[in-house]
Amino acid sequence: MAGRDFYRALVIRRQLILVALAAALVLSLCTDLALGPARYSLSEVVTALLRPGSVDERVRVILWEIRMPVALMAMTVGASLSIAGMQMQTILNNPLASPFTLGISAGAGFGAALALAFGVALFPFAIEYVIPVNAFLMAMLTSLAIYGLSLRRGVSSETIVLLGIALVFIFNALMSLIQFFASQQAVAAVVFWTMGSLTKATWPKLWISLAVLALSVPLLTRRGWALTAMRLGDAKAESIGVKLRSLRLEVLVIVSLLASISVSFVGTIGFVGLVGPHIARMLLGEDQRFLLPGAALAGALILSVGSVLSKMIIPGTVIPIGIITSIVGIPFFLYLILSRRGASW
Amino acid sequence: MVSLQLTDLGAAYRGHKVFAEISTPALQGGQLVALLGPNGAGKSTLFRRIFGLLSGPGQIRIEGATAARPIAYMPQDNGARPVLSVYESILLARMQGRRLKVLPEDHAEVERVLNLLSITHLRGHNVGDLSGGQRQMVNAAQALAQQPQILLMDEPTSALDLSRQIDLMSLLHRLTREQGLLIIVAMHDLGHALRFADAAMVVNRGRMVACGPTHGVVTANLLREVFEVEARVEPCSKGTPQLVVEGRAAQPA
Repeated sequence: MAGRDFYRALVIRRQLILVALAAALVLSLCTDLALGPARYSLSEVVTALLRPGSVDERVRVILWEIRMPVALMAMTVGASLSIAGMQMQTILNNPLASPFTLGISAGAGFGAALALAFGVALFPFAIEYVIPVNAFLMAMLTSLAIYGLSLRRGVSSETIVLLGIALVFIFNALMSLIQFFASQQAVAAVVFWTMGSLTKATWPKLWISLAVLALSVPLLTRRGWALTAMRLGDAKAESIGVKLRSLRLEVLVIVSLLASISVSFVGTIGFVGLVGPHIARMLLGEDQRFLLPGAALAGALILSVGSVLSKMIIPGTVIPIGIITSIVGIPFFLYLILSRRGASW
Repeated sequence: MVSLQLTDLGAAYRGHKVFAEISTPALQGGQLVALLGPNGAGKSTLFRRIFGLLSGPGQIRIEGATAARPIAYMPQDNGARPVLSVYESILLARMQGRRLKVLPEDHAEVERVLNLLSITHLRGHNVGDLSGGQRQMVNAAQALAQQPQILLMDEPTSALDLSRQIDLMSLLHRLTREQGLLIIVAMHDLGHALRFADAAMVVNRGRMVACGPTHGVVTANLLREVFEVEARVEPCSKGTPQLVVEGRAAQPA
């Protein structure tokens, strides 16, 4: 049957793309682990990963205890931000939506700056986590503000994105105000935080991020058909049975959590949540059964490669990943858009 | 056979009453019903109300439904440009509320409607790259792939060329006869209504002004009062009724 054959070919092509992305991710992870002040060959890394007992204790500690949390954090945060951006673009039906453009990252930055500059704890418990907790609370507050606006009648998705951009400017102004009054050391800490850095990664932070990601993916996957249908436009999606209001709320809560947790642990990384989804969409189309894992893999790959580059550009120095992803990633993204490899929106 | 009856149905949109007290006899499956009325009369809102997207007073009684989702609704095209092939977009309409796995019968149904509408050649095209008329055919395919017993179609021929309009209306007419569907089509072409519809419902300024067999409803009086045109209905050489429009009706002083 022609239709079934056509569809099978489409599915196989997409599965192959997902496998290729996953393979590239594994390669990037191994390279990321190999690089650092002590350099290892890929075969040494693979041996240490598969048979940790068979390698020197020092190598095991460096790879497993020091580099692994950072490398896995890059992948987890990349996947989380990319999924968050992809679903924001879907539910708002706007290609500009992402945790960065909607002000969620800027909100997190403001929360972190309050803690870094003045020691203000928005949640006066878990003091050892005061910076990420502050960042998380402000990010969630920003998400709630966006959701509150989206409930108002007659508010279009364009209005919501404009509100997000307004929030970015407000938070940036507040950050500048904090820096104006803060000490020099505090200003340096705030600036460094907003550059986004994976060096803050630890195993506990990684587990928290991974847990949120692992819970979110099945919840979003379950809504795959409905989320795909949202790209047909509200009227069309409703006409084939999608409950728009409840779906938007459910997804916004999930992606707010994903984005907030990520930026609260690693700082502002603006590029991946916007571009990861677009790259996945160009490669895989809108069907969320493929787009969701594709966006996760593309996001994970972008940050993992970013992590590799951040160590390679100036040997001995780890450049903050937020800078790398923007400098290297945006030209690549522009190339993809301008070369029109496929329709992207 | 499925039937649909509306009793004192009303709806409001953003606080403004769009229509009220819309009542019909039980509209039986196996017929094509034209929903007629001037622009802004409330035809699309009536469809949204019947489909359950709007709340309001009144009753919608559906009898004889055997499908879990007996009604499908084809809204007017909204111009969205998703990165989806035609095949996927039709499959997507069918798969809502179902498991993620696509079954052989789902493929068979998509292929059936592609064949029905003679758009198999568009199977692999991106929806965003289609012309307005092609998109309208795909929209119709999405509605049919849900295998409804009652089908509400909002101006399904507005972007089609004349031969495609006749093809689609003929197909819809045939489906009512062969599959016992009740198809209600909102349309502006009264010629198509006279030619293809068994019955007509006419709404004007939020009220139902006529509902019954098309030839009894679409009369010179109704055309003057509702559409403000001087026109008459005459049989053509083949006996099919056709509309002869003479011009705008004189405006009341």
